[in-house]
Amino acid sequence: MSVPQIEIQIIACIVAVACAIPGVFLVLRRMSLISDAISHSILLGIVIGFFITQDLNSPLLIIMAGLVGAVTVVLVEMIQKTKLVKEDTAIGLVFPALFSIAVILIATNANDIHLDLDSVLVGELAFAPFNRMYIGGVDYGPKAVWTMGSIMLLSIILLLLFYKELKITSFDVGLSTALGFSPVIIHYSLMSVSSITVVGAFDAVGAILVVALMIVPAATAYLLTSDLRKMLWLSIVFGLMSAIGGYWLANILDASISGSMATVLGVIFMITYLVAPANGYIANLVKERRQKKEVKLLTFLLHIHSLDDNNDEGEREVDHLYYHFKWNEKEAKTILNLASDNGLIILKGSLIYLTDKGTKFSESAIDYIVTNREDKLEGIKRDFLLFRG
Amino acid sequence: MLEFFELLLSDYTFRIIALGTAALGAISGMLGSFAVLRKQSLLGDAISHAALPGIVMAFILFQAKDSYVLLAGALCSGVLGSLLVNGIVRKSKIKTDAALGIVLSVFFGFGMLLLTYVQKKPDAAQAGLDKYLFGQAATLMLNDVKLLIVVLGIALAILFIFWKELKVMIFDEDYALTLGINTRFLDVLITIFIVLAIVLGLQTVGVVLMSAMLLAPAAAARQWTNNLGKMLIIASVIGACSGVVGTAISATQPNLSTGPVIVIVAITFVLFSFLFAPTRGIISRQLKIQKNKKELLLKKSIAVVYSFMVNNEELVEGVEKNKLLKLRDIDEQVIKLLYEKKWIKYIDSQIVALTEEGRDIAEKIELI
Amino acid sequence: MEESKFAINVHDLTVAYDYKPVLWDIHLQVPEGVMMAIVGPNGAGKSTLIKAMLGIQKTITGTVEILGKPYKTMRKEVAYVPQKETVDWDFPATVLDVVIMGTYGRLGWIKRPKKEQRKTALKALKKVGMLPFKNRQISQLSGGQKQRVFIARALAQEASIYIMDEPLQGVDATTEVTIINILKELRSQGKTVLVVHHDLQTVPEYFDWVTFLNVKKIATGSVKDIFNDENLNKTYGINYKVYVNK
Repeated sequence: MSVPQIEIQIIACIVAVACAIPGVFLVLRRMSLISDAISHSILLGIVIGFFITQDLNSPLLIIMAGLVGAVTVVLVEMIQKTKLVKEDTAIGLVFPALFSIAVILIATNANDIHLDLDSVLVGELAFAPFNRMYIGGVDYGPKAVWTMGSIMLLSIILLLLFYKELKITSFDVGLSTALGFSPVIIHYSLMSVSSITVVGAFDAVGAILVVALMIVPAATAYLLTSDLRKMLWLSIVFGLMSAIGGYWLANILDASISGSMATVLGVIFMITYLVAPANGYIANLVKERRQKKEVKLLTFLLHIHSLDDNNDEGEREVDHLYYHFKWNEKEAKTILNLASDNGLIILKGSLIYLTDKGTKFSESAIDYIVTNREDKLEGIKRDFLLFRG
Repeated sequence: MLEFFELLLSDYTFRIIALGTAALGAISGMLGSFAVLRKQSLLGDAISHAALPGIVMAFILFQAKDSYVLLAGALCSGVLGSLLVNGIVRKSKIKTDAALGIVLSVFFGFGMLLLTYVQKKPDAAQAGLDKYLFGQAATLMLNDVKLLIVVLGIALAILFIFWKELKVMIFDEDYALTLGINTRFLDVLITIFIVLAIVLGLQTVGVVLMSAMLLAPAAAARQWTNNLGKMLIIASVIGACSGVVGTAISATQPNLSTGPVIVIVAITFVLFSFLFAPTRGIISRQLKIQKNKKELLLKKSIAVVYSFMVNNEELVEGVEKNKLLKLRDIDEQVIKLLYEKKWIKYIDSQIVALTEEGRDIAEKIELI
Repeated sequence: MEESKFAINVHDLTVAYDYKPVLWDIHLQVPEGVMMAIVGPNGAGKSTLIKAMLGIQKTITGTVEILGKPYKTMRKEVAYVPQKETVDWDFPATVLDVVIMGTYGRLGWIKRPKKEQRKTALKALKKVGMLPFKNRQISQLSGGQKQRVFIARALAQEASIYIMDEPLQGVDATTEVTIINILKELRSQGKTVLVVHHDLQTVPEYFDWVTFLNVKKIATGSVKDIFNDENLNKTYGINYKVYVNK
């Protein structure tokens, strides 16, 4: 690997980590799309900054971009307050407006200057190593490492300092207000950090990949855990995976690095979505089917349990089952076998009786169903998926 | 203004483009209203981005830059995107906003991957991308416009046929189910049309701005009426106007793509509506609040006057104005306003008494 | 066993959500012409029960029959009044618009509501005392008014069975009286009324039948027979004494 190749991957990794951190909170607070909005509207900031300085490399561009990012959030909230339209509608109106103004300004004033709109939106990491940081004539490496690196450090520091507050305000707003944390400050700080991250990142990777890096790793992690710390770590890991994986994919295919990274993120998400143990698609299908079987089993056991020892012999008949529960032969056989395999029933001829285990089981189940209390679960937890909380 | 009509009459190309953008605006307005009312505002944004891989795939598979082929590709991947959004939300704990973000960025990124893979030369890739990102209404041809008008017609027909079912479904989906309405079918139908509208709009306003085209006319129209049908009509008209006016303005300026101008026009309509619409508009609401405040203060004042009169047993004869002026918060201005409201009357040039109405109001307040 | 026609016959209904059983093995028979309250603590599954009856809640097992036939073929006979909080009232529609929706079931697909439907809707509005408000935008209504609009919508369906989810929750006293009178009138016309009710105190006063529900059906029957401390304890799990105005 050559030096630029390594540098690109380093930059990609830094960007991924920097985006993952605020991204987790955006996803938890259901504000994912504000990242999309900001990433498009900041073009206006860049344009204004450019008009003032006439210099594409001036830091003023980034500052103006950050400001416009903040303005975006403020405008969105102003509109939301009027209650004239719903929350997302406000977002969907503000960023196109700002973006349009930016495009018009460019077209009417700066069309001869090469302000490459496409790379703004799409970015091109491949060129990032060529934009270097010179201080006093010494090459300190790609500028992106410095900018994104500092942003990443800022995010990490803020995360560590305000971990408690972030956690509470993202999970339980009511509690946080009661405890005296101002959720508003946290909110605006999060917006500012997200804004700065978007601004810093999109120079290297473009607007769309920023959105991908903020949302997809966090959402994927969310499928696997509800624990904030685990979510943060997983998001970072997924982000890094996409950075390296995406780079090499782009290398092999000779295609856009941003595009590859986003694609890799998509693949990771898809796989997780399908196979996640607790929440995945496949897991859910299996769970549903098993639930149906177990409910039938339990209904059956409870029915037998309710039968009086002296009368009701007819009701204990195996054949009677089909009639009573309206099951077909195959279903009935499955349930019967399941019950006897687990030692819950015993067949005396063609009559069904509960074993001691079966009786105890049924009674715990009734207890749980009626009281809905967790402590009644203990006896049946081992045996039954349905009652596992 | 004059230039506009001149263009309209003389320039065939301009006519075509204006007609096309008007039709597109109308479609966006109508279907956007549904998206807005169903709280799916940002679906448009996600689908516009999701269409990219479909376009590139269509190009790869059919090696044609023919609009219809690319459009079909966009439609497929757009529909796939919306299905995935639904699937993700329904079958996992991920919420709508994140699902939209995932589909938006991943599909678009994948599209970028395909595009750059297929068109190795960076400029070629950029050229195609440009048009998709920002729209180029100038390339609208007669066939495109015909397609737009056909789609508009079909959309109108569907809305007409299923009008009442759609109304119930959007307002109260559970209730609609109990009436026996097949909400699944209608849901899919509307989604397909929304995707269709977006895909058609991409070539005029581009990816980034399509979401605004869908939302702005509807958001503006909502402020002017409380009737669903009227809202759709107004939204269509605003959409069409934005299209035509935007095209006209951008035609007079070189280098200006139509997309952003149309969007700015549409958003201007929105701002205007937000401010000036009767009842819902901000200005109207502020005026009402002021009026209520004033009314409240006057009511307080009349209560003060009333209790003064009662305490001094001068209810019928009236009281000297000067005595009233000494009361708290009563001044000449207040007396004047009370008089204008016909809550007090002058028995004499200096003697003031309550009118019947004034007394009623004051008594009601006393009771509270 | 005689095949008597019940208004509603729920058989073996079970709903489990996310590992927790919400409704378990519900067998419920609602006779025709009664006014029944469904009561139970929070989380007992009351709303879930009626949603499952109406086919808008996925069940694991269970069947529902209306007047002896499967629910899906008898939709026209059942009118649903959901909780008013489930709807976004900022929707562009007037009171009359919403009430006319009740006539859509009988109209069928594609046909448009005409004079006859409008008349039915206006009649229903008059019954609930909302006729002067017929052109009012629904976002401008108070809680009680919204509830009345929902009831009018159900009345416009001209059904024989009315299923309501907490219709008296969050309404003013006048509205409560109006609604109860309408329900009683429905019952006197031989219709069946099923209400998820939030206030135990008023059950004996308003209803003649009651079902106690807490994931399982605890008891069902006439208020006279089964509305007693024993069933209240079984359902609510604490020593629950109800002071009834005699």
